[in-house]
Amino acid sequence: MNDRVIGKRIERKEDRRFLTGAGQYTDDITLPHQSYACFLRSPYAHAKIKAIKADAAKKMPGVLAIYTGADLPATVGGLPCGWLITGTDGKPMKEPKHPLLAQGKVRHVGDQLAIIVADTLEQARDAMEAIEVDYDELPAVVDVRDALKKGAPSVHEEAADNVCYVWALGDKAAVDAAFAKAAHVTTLEYANNRLIPNAIEPRACNAMYTRADESYTLYVTSQNPHVERLLMTAFVLGLPEHKVRVIAPDVGGGFGSKIYLYAEETVCVWASKLVGRPIKWTADRSEAFLADAHGRDHWTKAELALDKDGKFLALRVKTSASMGAYLSTFASCIPTILYATLLAGQYTTPAIHAEVTAVFTNTAPVDAYRGAGRPEATYVVERLVATAANEMKIAQDEIRRRNFIRTFPYATPVALTYDIGDYDACLEGAMKMADVAGFAKRKEAAAKNGKLRGLGYSSYIEACGLAPSNIAGALGARAGLYEAGEVRVHPTGKVTVFTGSHSHGQGHETTFAQVVADRLGIGIDDVEIVHGDTGRIPFGMGTYGSRSIAVGGTAIVKALDKIIAKGRKIAAHLMEVSDADVDFKDGQFTVKGTDKSKAFAEVALTAYVPHNYPLDKLEPGLDETAFYDPTNFTYPAGTHICEVEVDRDTGATRIVNFTACDDFGNIINPMIVEGQVHGGLAQGIGQALLEGCVYERDTGQLLTASYMDYAMPRAADFPDFHVDTRVTPCTHNPLGVKGCGEAGAIGAPPAVINAICDALGVKDIAMPATPERVWRAMNGKG
Amino acid sequence: MHKFGYYDPTSVQKAIGIAADKADARYLAGGQTLLAAMKLRLAAPSDLIDLAKLPELRGIKVEGNNITIGAMTRHAEVASSADVTAKIAALSQLAGMIGDRQVRNMGTLGGSIANNDPASDYPAAVLGLGATVNTSQRKIAADEFFKGLFETALGTGELITSVTFPVPAKAAYVKFRNAASRFAVVGVFVAQGAGGVRVAVTGAGSRGVFRVKAMEEALAKNWSPDAVKAIKVAAGELNGDLHASAEYRAHLIAVLAARAVAAA
Repeated sequence: MNDRVIGKRIERKEDRRFLTGAGQYTDDITLPHQSYACFLRSPYAHAKIKAIKADAAKKMPGVLAIYTGADLPATVGGLPCGWLITGTDGKPMKEPKHPLLAQGKVRHVGDQLAIIVADTLEQARDAMEAIEVDYDELPAVVDVRDALKKGAPSVHEEAADNVCYVWALGDKAAVDAAFAKAAHVTTLEYANNRLIPNAIEPRACNAMYTRADESYTLYVTSQNPHVERLLMTAFVLGLPEHKVRVIAPDVGGGFGSKIYLYAEETVCVWASKLVGRPIKWTADRSEAFLADAHGRDHWTKAELALDKDGKFLALRVKTSASMGAYLSTFASCIPTILYATLLAGQYTTPAIHAEVTAVFTNTAPVDAYRGAGRPEATYVVERLVATAANEMKIAQDEIRRRNFIRTFPYATPVALTYDIGDYDACLEGAMKMADVAGFAKRKEAAAKNGKLRGLGYSSYIEACGLAPSNIAGALGARAGLYEAGEVRVHPTGKVTVFTGSHSHGQGHETTFAQVVADRLGIGIDDVEIVHGDTGRIPFGMGTYGSRSIAVGGTAIVKALDKIIAKGRKIAAHLMEVSDADVDFKDGQFTVKGTDKSKAFAEVALTAYVPHNYPLDKLEPGLDETAFYDPTNFTYPAGTHICEVEVDRDTGATRIVNFTACDDFGNIINPMIVEGQVHGGLAQGIGQALLEGCVYERDTGQLLTASYMDYAMPRAADFPDFHVDTRVTPCTHNPLGVKGCGEAGAIGAPPAVINAICDALGVKDIAMPATPERVWRAMNGKG
Repeated sequence: MHKFGYYDPTSVQKAIGIAADKADARYLAGGQTLLAAMKLRLAAPSDLIDLAKLPELRGIKVEGNNITIGAMTRHAEVASSADVTAKIAALSQLAGMIGDRQVRNMGTLGGSIANNDPASDYPAAVLGLGATVNTSQRKIAADEFFKGLFETALGTGELITSVTFPVPAKAAYVKFRNAASRFAVVGVFVAQGAGGVRVAVTGAGSRGVFRVKAMEEALAKNWSPDAVKAIKVAAGELNGDLHASAEYRAHLIAVLAARAVAAA
């Protein structure tokens, strides 16, 4: 049977259950004797807690327990941060305690103070309303610039100046020298707007303690159940890791926001033993706005030095990045390791220096959100490049071509080594698809209708396939970043694969099955992908940073290699030849130069019914596990071109065309890749045009706390996207894959803003470029 | 949500009777605002009186030069009504711009204007067409009905039964949407008919829907987009919020009014 399925547009195996309502999400799971929890949250951005009066609430109907920060035993720790950043002063970052339930103070609107557990959710909410809290409101600070001013309110006593760390990367002296001799310097200063992730499924958990074996089971909306378990047991609750099973069942979107260990599920696990009943908590949408980790929120000054021909000489970047009120699980590495290292972009800029100040503010914690640092870096580079081209009157494609990296491997001045790429191919592809040649005519026609057209380019790069553990460790990671895969061949030749990657919309059950079916020459329906359960899968690191196919997929391939190697030995024994004479192709073990063959399923059966079997040399069974630690990051890259039309009278911007020409290396399922690109573009364009989290500057109240005020993109906001790919296979993984999940969100924002600036003839416009902002820019109203 | 009593009376009289009996009862029309507020525990009425079983509140009737639309008529019914489209296309188009498909299939005309959200669409049509609001007690002219943010002339227990719209010679509604909620940042309804020219603005007023007399006078003399383009409503009377400053709203009113005149 020849079943080459890699590269085919195979419909997603998971779609039937999702589309027919058969998905099992955390909130769908109801356990025997289920109880329900809600969390009392702070209405203030910053306040001392004088007293929490819950006695009356505890006596209300159905109430099982109410716990506050004072009820947590001293042995329970705060939520840990998984990445240690060491500052330019040589000192470790400040890590103020992130309590599970507020202790003494609340530090952002939505900070949790108490858990209320009751027979029903409505009873829990009734009791929550009956709790009285006496607060002493304190001055709050929400903007990073305000937080760094002298005399600003301190979010934590341990960091009186609100600075978590000051960190730098690159050769400052070389950068200063290059600027001194530059023919032209382009400067931009702007905010990279804070975003709220808004996965369609809000966070949820269901925690159960089992008295019989003193174990815990936690169902939770997580992108990485093993990391969740490790952090929760070893660093917070002090529970035996092997007695805790974490299951992340179907998860409806994460975008980074479900990577982290949060207080809510940790408190539910802790409380489930005390209450003696399983406790379910599901965030409502308001809580998702208030208490999910947010993304972005930088204030940046960026300067690009060029010679007279538009060759980049040096890049200087100074960024203040909000951490929010507490350090979320990977908060510290986002504006540093995943940001400054990407500032070379696709260009040969010889000298780069970035300085990042991480700042505590009275806002929800900020952590990775689709792209995580790389969109912010791309925004720096591509906004500067576009602006420099305009200032120096060089065409947008030309300035990029003059600076593209063309020899690989290429070591950037910011610590990465790109293995391969062809940036000209994507630029040329995108320009053709976007019909750049016909733009002038379209612009003229639009002008006749009172519309301003603009074209914006973005040639982005990202570092994906996170990550070589030794490099990550040297940079401060407190975890490894390998992935695990187990391939279990059943006696009939059917296969179950257990992967440490987690699918929450990515379609792994299909993509990974394609890889397995292709390698083993079996049908895709003969392969089942299992993920998201620490009780079933080997220790895995989960899904984020577009790492799953590059790292998780490779772990599976390594396990498949072991399966095939063992199968070859079994087949050789059955056919009475030496191992070296056996080939494996299209599901058949064959003897070279003969017509002898054994089907994969027959070999599998032999492994489990080893009557005619080399038992003296080979164990029975056909079940292999592999751990794969990548040797380098992968470097997806591409060019996006956005064409906008601005209504001269209202400032409303419409995307009339969006083109993405990406290089993701080899592609397993083009349909799924296109879907990922579309979703990423929607979020990237969302950041540029629509989405912006706003806290009131004085009070710290979240003004965009619902869909009435936080603008999520909708299908009608977009044209049909034109997407295509160019392929330079990754050189250091066997599938030649790079990852595609974040590219859209990384490439799109500067493409959109560059297009609007082009349409209006202005240097800069803030994101989101709302109609009023555009109207003000058009009319010089600042 | 909190506990509440639920009634589904079969006559207007019964509905009014229940409302009079209860401490803090609310009529439930389409529920597109009230139920959401109750789920968020921002509203906690003692009782809900569901109006869904009152056939006399449903339906669209053409009577001479008027169209009367029952208070419980859903937005989707108005949007798809051949009668409304034939007589007042601006009104059926406006109904089709409200919310999303789900909202349009639940939300009602009476519920919308009784709530009088300053950014909702129907108040612009009711005021812009000079309609009459018919209640369980009386007839209220549009100019007397809308009293401020979420405030109307309705008394306690008074129930809207229908709204009578005079058919205009020309009318149009143009809406500039809030990107998040898709409510009107500004919506302008213009009409020219037996009652003269009317220009009603929703979304922008600091006290809800209002008429722009200066535009009406200008259009009465010269019904053309150019007549209103340069007329600015004072920003001081307008809303400024996260989504649009008063200055920008003032600008949009002139732009949208001109577009509405062109479209009418």
